[in-house]
Amino acid sequence: MGHQVNNTDVIVVGAGIVGAACADALSERGLRVAVIEQDIAGGGATAAGMGHLVVMDDNAAELALSAYSVALWNDLVGERPQRHEYSGCGTIWVAADEEEMDAARVKAQTLSAYGVTCELLSPAALYAREPQLRAGLAGGLLVKGDGLVYPPKSARILLDRAMRRGAITKRAAVTAIEDHGVVLADGTRHQAQHIVLAAGSRSSALLPELPVQPKKGHIAITDRYPGFVRHQLVELGYIKSAHAASGDSVAFNLQPRPTGQVLIGSSRQFDTIDTAVEPAMLQRMLRHATTFTPALAQLNVLRCWTGLRAATPDGLPLIGPHPARRGLWLATGHEGLGITTSLATAQLLAGQMQGESTRISINPYLPRRFHV
Amino acid sequence: MFEFAAHTFANNRANGDKGDSLTLSINARAITVAPGVSVAAAIAMAGSIVTRRSVGGAARAPLCGMGVCQECRVTIDGRPHQLSCQTLCADGMHVQTGALERAA
Repeated sequence: MGHQVNNTDVIVVGAGIVGAACADALSERGLRVAVIEQDIAGGGATAAGMGHLVVMDDNAAELALSAYSVALWNDLVGERPQRHEYSGCGTIWVAADEEEMDAARVKAQTLSAYGVTCELLSPAALYAREPQLRAGLAGGLLVKGDGLVYPPKSARILLDRAMRRGAITKRAAVTAIEDHGVVLADGTRHQAQHIVLAAGSRSSALLPELPVQPKKGHIAITDRYPGFVRHQLVELGYIKSAHAASGDSVAFNLQPRPTGQVLIGSSRQFDTIDTAVEPAMLQRMLRHATTFTPALAQLNVLRCWTGLRAATPDGLPLIGPHPARRGLWLATGHEGLGITTSLATAQLLAGQMQGESTRISINPYLPRRFHV
Repeated sequence: MFEFAAHTFANNRANGDKGDSLTLSINARAITVAPGVSVAAAIAMAGSIVTRRSVGGAARAPLCGMGVCQECRVTIDGRPHQLSCQTLCADGMHVQTGALERAA
């Protein structure tokens, strides 16, 4: 990263998965792209998360965006899944009781109506697939098309693809956004017709009017225990806690990595940008996980870390033109779904920029909904 | 530190290692060793120094011999990721190494 940013059509701020996907989609349409990243490409929230490719259906707009994006991921990963460390493990939404099993049935109807393949699991079917789960669970819902990648690698692949089409990258901190331009920490100004802000939880530091707030999460990873779990496991209670607008919470979320390691999540906290691991929150998260898979307590944890999700008040990302600033496009606020929805985000953004029709409606994600 | 180690060995002998030898299995092959021999040493005595495989399938063997490098991890009595250099052989112990796993 050291090229000069000039004669470009688009400056993308941020080389996480969203910025990299935007650079890829825009360069594919023939635009000259420069990507400015202050750290390492894919080193922020992109590297901190689990890399879950998951169809979510809290509302119609989330379902449309995530289902579209999972389909794009399947095309991208294609016949070289190992480059992305891809695994088509599917997701099992685990129902702890009959109330959650009812929620699983509703979810199954919603997903099936949208064409997403899923299967309700009886307790026997659940334990046949995941014998480590504790006894007494009510069942679950298997979503077969979900998967996972190693996100920093995928971000790098997307960025490399853009660079092969002539995109350039520059390592620098952006300190201000102007009309059709950015200011860097060294005081230099760079202009382009389009600026794309894809800076995740840092976006609101550059544009205080944005309704994007950091939501801290912890993750732990174990040593290699191949086959301990076989699917991404998420408790249905996750939905209750995941989109809470305040307070600290944890939810059971295990993921089998292709290495045989197990990623353990999840937690969420507001009102902090301190990325230090907090033992109390980690303990709460791990304790909760062992209530679902007791043998987890016997595994060696190798490493724990945190990251900051970029959360919006309604849980949907900001994709589209800034309502009040000229030449500025937003691609941020993806919260915990940024890996999944990055590819569709890039298509929606590039489509808007070029005046093309898009495969799904752009309206639910337009930043103007917040009257910023 | 060395005095401590010697003391530990002495205790092991006193606490019921039966006499001059004990027999354990390494990858289902029986091997007899003297009390006080580490599992890592027994693995080497059994003919292969391979303890584990990397994610990419490369063979790994003990490097530091003092519990730091983690390269000597093996499965002992069904429990994975045990440090073979820090574990003394016990009679009837079952040790599984990565020697027989295929390289990727």
